[in-house]
Amino acid sequence: MIYDVIVIGGGPAGLAAALEAKNEGAEKVLILERDRELGGILNQCIHNGFGLHHFKEELTGPEYAGRFIEMVKNTDIEVSLDTMVLEVTKEKQVHCVSKTEGYRILEAKAIVLAMGCRERTRGAISIPGTRPAGVLTAGTAQRYVNMEGYMVGKRIVILGSGDIGLIMARRMTLEGAKVLACIELMPYSGGLTRNIVQCLHDYDIPLYLSHTIVDIKGDKRVEQVVAARVDENRRPIPGTEMTFDCDTLLLSVGLIPENELTKNAGIEIDKRTKGAVVYENMQTETEGIFACGNVVHVHDLVDFVTAESQRAGRAAARCALAGGVDGGKTITMKNGSAVTYTVPQKIRTGNVEKLCELFFRVNKVMQKAEIEVLDGENVIAHFKREHLAPGEMEKIALPRMLLDKAAGSELVVSVREVE
Amino acid sequence: MTELICIGCPKGCHLQVDEENNYEVSGASCEKGAAYGKIELTDPRRVVTSTVRVKGASPARCSVKTNAAVPKGDIFAVMKALDAVELSSPVKIGDIVIANVCGTGADVVATRNI
Amino acid sequence: MFDVLIIGCGVVGAALAYELSKHELSVCVLEKENDVAVGTTKANSAILHSGYDPKPGTLMARLNVESVPLTKEICRKLDVPCKNIGSLTVAFSEDDMETVKRLYERGVKNGVPGLEIIGQEELRRKEPHISPEALGALWAPSAAIISPWELCLAMAQTAVRNGTELYLDSEVTEIKKKGESFIVKTSSGVYEARNIVNCAGVFSDKVHAMIAEPCFKILPHSGEYFLLDKCEGDKANTVIFQCPGEDTKGILVSPTVHGNLIVGPDNAAVKAGDLSVDAKRLQGIKETARKSVPDIGFGENIRNFAGIRAVTDIDDFIIGETEVQGFYDVAGIKSPGLSAAAAIGVYVKNMLEASGVPMRRKKSFVDERHVTRFNELTAEEKREAVEKNPLYGRVICRCETVTEGEIVDCIHAPIPPCSIDGVKRRVGAGMGRCQGGFCSPRVLEILARELGRDPMEIEKDKKGTYILTGRTKGEQA
Repeated sequence: MIYDVIVIGGGPAGLAAALEAKNEGAEKVLILERDRELGGILNQCIHNGFGLHHFKEELTGPEYAGRFIEMVKNTDIEVSLDTMVLEVTKEKQVHCVSKTEGYRILEAKAIVLAMGCRERTRGAISIPGTRPAGVLTAGTAQRYVNMEGYMVGKRIVILGSGDIGLIMARRMTLEGAKVLACIELMPYSGGLTRNIVQCLHDYDIPLYLSHTIVDIKGDKRVEQVVAARVDENRRPIPGTEMTFDCDTLLLSVGLIPENELTKNAGIEIDKRTKGAVVYENMQTETEGIFACGNVVHVHDLVDFVTAESQRAGRAAARCALAGGVDGGKTITMKNGSAVTYTVPQKIRTGNVEKLCELFFRVNKVMQKAEIEVLDGENVIAHFKREHLAPGEMEKIALPRMLLDKAAGSELVVSVREVE
Repeated sequence: MTELICIGCPKGCHLQVDEENNYEVSGASCEKGAAYGKIELTDPRRVVTSTVRVKGASPARCSVKTNAAVPKGDIFAVMKALDAVELSSPVKIGDIVIANVCGTGADVVATRNI
Repeated sequence: MFDVLIIGCGVVGAALAYELSKHELSVCVLEKENDVAVGTTKANSAILHSGYDPKPGTLMARLNVESVPLTKEICRKLDVPCKNIGSLTVAFSEDDMETVKRLYERGVKNGVPGLEIIGQEELRRKEPHISPEALGALWAPSAAIISPWELCLAMAQTAVRNGTELYLDSEVTEIKKKGESFIVKTSSGVYEARNIVNCAGVFSDKVHAMIAEPCFKILPHSGEYFLLDKCEGDKANTVIFQCPGEDTKGILVSPTVHGNLIVGPDNAAVKAGDLSVDAKRLQGIKETARKSVPDIGFGENIRNFAGIRAVTDIDDFIIGETEVQGFYDVAGIKSPGLSAAAAIGVYVKNMLEASGVPMRRKKSFVDERHVTRFNELTAEEKREAVEKNPLYGRVICRCETVTEGEIVDCIHAPIPPCSIDGVKRRVGAGMGRCQGGFCSPRVLEILARELGRDPMEIEKDKKGTYILTGRTKGEQA
């Protein structure tokens, strides 16, 4: 049997992609999920703030996932839980293994990669010091606390002000721990402003911007961490050290798309996003293999993951039913000043209905900025924004008409501050 | 005049609230923001999200939330009330775990199925 | 009453125990930590040196060269990861080329097989990522990479399977001579033995001083390392050394048996037990390593660590009977200690035999070990493995593809692990790019279940490295 669409990963991206593929007419759709339940990381994100765009109401992570899981249950989408995908091939074979089904090689007309992302670790940023217990990523701590009901520390310092770190600062405080500080390397927070307010300010947790951890002390369990201010080159400034007596250091120092399957399949990866290079319909460079959600680029809001994944699911279904698309002219998107990446990286104009949504991030905080799209020397579109920050994903919509008119095969997205 | 950052949505609007002038709010980009600005200075409230124990199930905890914002001063009382709860499966999203928790008028409801 | 009591179960203690377990003897091994292989053995360059470096005529030179083929044979029999990839000692100047020639001659004297001085072209063919500044190198084909803790574990397990008694959490606190035998007090009880072999690594001077006159001093040195993601694993095909300096073999760049890239070590005197890493030292390692391989992607680092070396004030291994009859030192086993361990085991066994300890070969000796490593199986083998044991169908560590079956296997093998890192050393769960972020809660759950313990008691590594500090919601389970 050949599946129309196999979706790898049953988190928010995979759920939305599978549902949309089904809605678009794909008959045999399968979700492969490595965990015991669908929902992915949302299951441990028990805080609220999800769904304002998609459902127009504020939900917790498990509720947001729950709605999609309910919808999947009401279809004939197949779900294999506790199933790990070991290999994906360009021929669209999926090797997977589970306790109940054993080792299987499945075939599909289209595949959607929705494996999500993983957290950066202590090693990725080479924090000096000893290696005691009590240094863990915020997400791992979140799983212990929210899913399994264990506390992972009593006096806590958090490195990184990404949203997971901020959320865990509040969470640990509510569960009786003392959060001493949140330390951020950059001069601005990596998380959403609302989380600074409701997770740090509400509980009088100090945020030290332009600081980092320069030493971890303790033989068996963390006993102290030492933080120091950093200069403009992010190097610690001697003499600015502060020592915190704590038993735990939580790390919220970034997320990396989980693309080992993608790389092993020989699919081209974009160094900027660390995800696959994708077209306007979320197809990768390999025909019939699509990608969506945090495996493509790390999103700030799950609502945008859902929207992007619906596009991928729709395209995967069309590909399975009708084969590949002839998209006409291909435009490659490049990032200009202050822009760190764009998704999609490539646009086939013939495949764009009216508007092509383009996502990107900036590399600094900006007030009153102008986003420009350049075709060679010519600005073919511009958009105004009151506020841009690296922690937030930005979105513009390019009309097909403009894309068709582009003279070159490259468009550059650039941002500049305006007075 | 007090400056606030709205927590109503991810946008994080910078609000200015004029206490002298009936808590008039400027800087909000929606009605909810304007309402937040006023209430944040007069009767600040938060939705509390946490977990409660589940008897002999996996996962060992069921996530819950207050179905309305509760006074900020009551947050830790709500947390304490949750300590006493133990659910048994099955649990459905929306099941009331504690009605009118701590007299706040809000119910604690389950946010996942177990 | 034991015939031989070994203090310390690092790779040297394990090699001796393995060798002795081939004979009709009662042997016991005391280890102060909660697992084997957790001192110097667990953190080093993980290399079998070919043996051109030690001074000719030293024990280090002799035992290193003897040990390499012996160790490879043990790895084959006991299913220990080991890859014969050879080493290159690279010259960047004419002075370095002179050093390479000296090393070649020294190696020939030491009896190292297959040594060859190669030029730029051959070097580049072997190592496409080598610096354009490299002029030539000493090629030592007998060098290999190995999993040091698995070597130690495999030898210790085989000894235990053949009757050796291993006591963990048994720190020796006192040694007394009583007539012809020794009384050894430890944190876990009292043991009596006719002979004692001190394999206590960086603590061997302290153990020695419990019964004999102090005659050497351990001066612990640490070496710091980077361990990079597997995506950087192909930056080196062989062990790439630079020409050795005064007291180290220099910074090396090498693949590991698990497919990562290891870079390090430097060398600095430290307090015993100090395994911290230092930002300045790491920076120094980066800069030096780039001299060999300029395009190492340090952005792909997954772990830094420091290893401790039992350097002494004597420029050789210290192996022999002390003035106290029946008390033997195997001390100061600095580099190339891992490479020499297997031969040290044989050497000490012979020494005991010469002193009158009877060595009758066991007829029943079981000299094999088999480990299922799911990620190394072919598709067909994987299918069969899961059919036989469905636990092989549940992947716990997604980075290294380690299954629940392998974890349960290792918990029920001789010398079961009691910590998350104990499982990591045995099956590789948590060794990958996410460093256990994903799998450690799951490994903890499996350990608690299989050992029949409360999850709250499961620790990260040695005693006192607790992970969980309590339960949410009023402490009830």
